[in-house]
Amino acid sequence: MHQTTTTLLEIKDLKKTFAISGGAFSKPLTLTALADINFSIRKGETLGIVGESGCGKSTLGRCILQLLRPDEGQVLWLGQDLTKLPAEEMRKRRQDLQIIFQDPLASLNPRMTVGEIIADPLRSLRPELNKDERRARVLKIMEAVGLLPEMINRYPHEFSGGQAQRIGIARALITEPKLIVCDEPVSALDVSIQAQILNLLAELKDEFGLTLIFISHNLSVVRHVSDRILVLYLGRIVELATGDEIYDDPKHPYTRALLTAVPIPDPKLARQRNIDALRGEIPSPINPPSGCTFRTRCRFAKSFCAETRPPLETLDNGRLVACHRWREIEVPEEAVLGH
Amino acid sequence: MAQVLTVKDLSVRFALHESEVTAVDGLNFALEAGETLAVVGESGSGKSQAFMALMGLLAKNGSVSGQALLGDVDLLNLSKTALNEYRGRDVAMIFQDPMTSLNPALRIKQQLAEVLVRHKGQDAKEAERNSIAMLERVGIPEPAKRANAYPHQMSGGMRQRVMIAMALLCQPKILIADEPTTALDVTVQAQMLDLFKSLTDDFGTALVLITHDLGVVAGVADRMMVMYGGRSVEKGTVDDLFYDPRHPYTLGLLHSTPHIAKRAARLDPIQGLPPSLEHLPKGCSFNPRCAFAFDRCIAERPPLTEAGPGRQKACFYEGPMAYGKVA
Repeated sequence: MHQTTTTLLEIKDLKKTFAISGGAFSKPLTLTALADINFSIRKGETLGIVGESGCGKSTLGRCILQLLRPDEGQVLWLGQDLTKLPAEEMRKRRQDLQIIFQDPLASLNPRMTVGEIIADPLRSLRPELNKDERRARVLKIMEAVGLLPEMINRYPHEFSGGQAQRIGIARALITEPKLIVCDEPVSALDVSIQAQILNLLAELKDEFGLTLIFISHNLSVVRHVSDRILVLYLGRIVELATGDEIYDDPKHPYTRALLTAVPIPDPKLARQRNIDALRGEIPSPINPPSGCTFRTRCRFAKSFCAETRPPLETLDNGRLVACHRWREIEVPEEAVLGH
Repeated sequence: MAQVLTVKDLSVRFALHESEVTAVDGLNFALEAGETLAVVGESGSGKSQAFMALMGLLAKNGSVSGQALLGDVDLLNLSKTALNEYRGRDVAMIFQDPMTSLNPALRIKQQLAEVLVRHKGQDAKEAERNSIAMLERVGIPEPAKRANAYPHQMSGGMRQRVMIAMALLCQPKILIADEPTTALDVTVQAQMLDLFKSLTDDFGTALVLITHDLGVVAGVADRMMVMYGGRSVEKGTVDDLFYDPRHPYTLGLLHSTPHIAKRAARLDPIQGLPPSLEHLPKGCSFNPRCAFAFDRCIAERPPLTEAGPGRQKACFYEGPMAYGKVA
């Protein structure tokens, strides 16, 4: 099955660092935001990217779209390396690769009407379209995302967060993209609105044959929308597997700990469950631990975990895991989720 | 259990340019020692403003009416100076973003010790010692060393622990936590919720947890109060409301929340948008979004009435509410 589906995007040995000022009299420090990132995305799937703040999940989304240029590695879009594309070429390619942001109101220009905001990408990417053609497309997309036609001349401040996110989605869809990076698209929304937007994204994905990268810190949301899930820790992949594999049989101790920490909206289950509480907090990416970067918080860590970095292993069914000890770690008797 | 707080007919109004909005409309509830009450609702439900009013923290254009009895004392009827005696000592509040609640220019230990000097009359040495002990109690490693840090030198999780430590210094009867874990990562959130549970057990503090996250509620709270459009629409034990919700809004919230262990093809969200407080619908505020609304719901506002032992709801509909109906 894996061979028959088209690989849309392939990420090879991606690395991204940032220079951080160490103070007026110190040498600048290097923060490694992403390293050794290797994975691919198939046409039509939804890939969830999860991890704690600072793990590099948003940076990865931006490196894929070349909103940030990676230091090393390749981002192959249908075989073409986007990292090598000159800015002008990349701008045209953005027709195919779009993004939706977390804060819907902040990402919309307050001085433009809804119609102008949604049509904006068309002006540069599809200059051959005239005004009427643009307007027709805008109205069609507005209908698809659940905005009323009479809203076309209104301004962003007149909209609630949920409606503003619909505008952001419409703007991303107008160029008929193949892939959309959704960076925490529902985190700022109320619960009832969150569910409406998640359902909308699922409908649009089917209707337009989209491939989605869904970045979120909320594992319940990611579980709900994703076919496969990539778990990042301090800028490195620790595990990549299908949603069911991740939730039913997590291999990496970090994935396991993350799952047990997710709040469950079920009081009896919540009371029964054993939380595999992680010790401490995420270390600084400026000075990450040696060897396996997760070892400082891992209850399975041995002395050798500090010496060498565990390689990202590919298992038989294609799942990826980076842990020296994943084979030896017993699956706890009570399943991770307490059922 | 002893009742520590009784709130009667609490209303909060804000004056606008030419009109007035009612953010909280006739709220009644009681808090018992050692219990955790979750106050659940979406933005604009009034869940935060109700408790800001209790703490005397409303914006300048806000006004409050009703009673909030802490023993014999009505918190809403105190002068600013008198209220200051209770704030921090008997009732403490923590917020979502600990950075904005801490003074960036003072060391952690100075901020904590000040509370003890002021409310408990301790001398500086004693106050510092007790502050460090409380930092240790809330799980801050190397508390004596961290007490010398400034807020910006700590992570978000550590800062929230400092806020909790500060709130607990005087062993308040009531701790009000407004979205205390919303800005934190799940692993830190789990540690924090665990801490809340042990604190209510150890100190007998009553905890009010204001949140929109039903997952957090399920893990920590004993009872819950669901708010919509400034009013309480359903109240009861967490188990009653999760497993047998009687108000369509509670049911809708539950169906809108993704469950990590149960993957459904589609969520079953509440349609439409939360109402604007300036234009609350006539009758039941929820009626335009409610799948069960009938004539009476548009004509009259449903009062909060008994809906079984220890539970109340504000809804005229008495029929079954099947899954998939709130669509």
